[in-house]
Amino acid sequence: MARQTSRDLLADARRVVPELTPEQARRAPGRVLIDVREQDEWDQGHIPGAMHLSRGYLETRIEDSVPDRSTPLTLYCAGGIRSLLAGRALREMGYEDVVSMSGGFDAWKQAGLEFVVPRALSPDQKIRYSRHLLIPEVGEEGQGKLLDARVLLIGAGGLGCPAALYLAAAGVGTLGLVDFDTVDLSNLQRQVLHTQDRIGMRKTESARIALTALNPDVQVVEHNEVLNSESAPRLFRDYDIVVNGCDNFPTRYLANDVALFERKPLVDGGIFRFEGQVTTILPFASPCYRCRYPAPPPPEEAPSCAEAGVLGVLPGIVGVLQATEVVKLIVGCGEPLAGRLLAIDALDMRFREFRVPRDPACPVCGENPTITEPIDYEGFCAAPHTVSADGGPALAVLG
Amino acid sequence: MSVNIRVPGPLRRLTDGSAQVEVDGSTVAEALADLDARYPGFRERLYDDSGNLRQFINIYVNDTDIRFGGGMETPVGERDDISIIPAVAGG
Repeated sequence: MARQTSRDLLADARRVVPELTPEQARRAPGRVLIDVREQDEWDQGHIPGAMHLSRGYLETRIEDSVPDRSTPLTLYCAGGIRSLLAGRALREMGYEDVVSMSGGFDAWKQAGLEFVVPRALSPDQKIRYSRHLLIPEVGEEGQGKLLDARVLLIGAGGLGCPAALYLAAAGVGTLGLVDFDTVDLSNLQRQVLHTQDRIGMRKTESARIALTALNPDVQVVEHNEVLNSESAPRLFRDYDIVVNGCDNFPTRYLANDVALFERKPLVDGGIFRFEGQVTTILPFASPCYRCRYPAPPPPEEAPSCAEAGVLGVLPGIVGVLQATEVVKLIVGCGEPLAGRLLAIDALDMRFREFRVPRDPACPVCGENPTITEPIDYEGFCAAPHTVSADGGPALAVLG
Repeated sequence: MSVNIRVPGPLRRLTDGSAQVEVDGSTVAEALADLDARYPGFRERLYDDSGNLRQFINIYVNDTDIRFGGGMETPVGERDDISIIPAVAGG
């Protein structure tokens, strides 16, 4: 076999791989931009929108990433040499239109063109979130969004516990918990963040201990207060998404209304014995809770706040579905459960979906809204209500 | 015409625990009237004193809320499911 010097190889590569200057590469429409540098170089900054396929994995991974060999490709490295050689390899694989960016990323930066520095995951984070990083829909970018996200959970009870557990595991950077209750022995049948030895402790504190033990990346903010017309707007404003795991109608309607006023997506869940409901409310883009149920039951028909009972695993199902919706919203993948109500019956183990349209007559998000500020439904329940997610009243009038 | 009605948990004690029951009727109103005739107690739980469907209860024919279709006069047939879906507050 004839011996080739590196100079020969480069000359060969230039014959089959044309070069573009950074400015030309920036203005060439319809080309897929591939960064062939090593991971640490990519982490220190790259061209926005570029795909990262390091030189070492290029030949083995390009067919998954760019299956169509007629796709026009622009490769770049740090200085323009590795991308030429990479281009030659792709030409040999049958990629028809491959160019290399001369001068590489260094020249791009020197030309004053835009670049981004991705959130750098620590070595531990790369291991912790490795199963996310392997999913194209999440990847490093999605994981970065999760770490930057702020999610408020109303209630650290039946629904809030499983939802918070999975959101913390997923690396949602900030979890706010609103709850005014303390851990009780009767909670432990379903509220999986709390433990026997924390009975009597504030639920927000007990939850924080469990969540930070699971994932120290997560900052847990305790809001040990009642959610009402004063606190709700103030709390919602500080977060990106709200998860509703409250156990009573006043809080459910309040959370819906304030989510709309503050333009925060709300992932709603409710449970009763063997049955659950989940839906995602995207303010003014999808139907809200009042589009389905315009008003809560009047006080004389209101449920007592005595416990109706709930199968312990049911909030696990519903809360984890809520967490799934939150992760999708943060990462920006899939189709949210908006305009759809998912009804779960654990007895016959059926999941049914109902279509819910926006109601033009909705008192909050309709054409002529009559509710324009948060409402406290005083005296709604016979007993003082909290947001403690306690298995909850459904409808006494029905029961 | 026989129609299937799915009964939510809180109302199943009226149907001896059955999650779904068969009733007769060619509209939602007729089917619900027959439901109350066969299993007394539904009427007062589904309707308020003025005879309107309570605001915290939705009735769906298959996957569609009757409020956005023909209301109580929505026609139903052999293959249709009527679902009673109350607001659920528990958490």
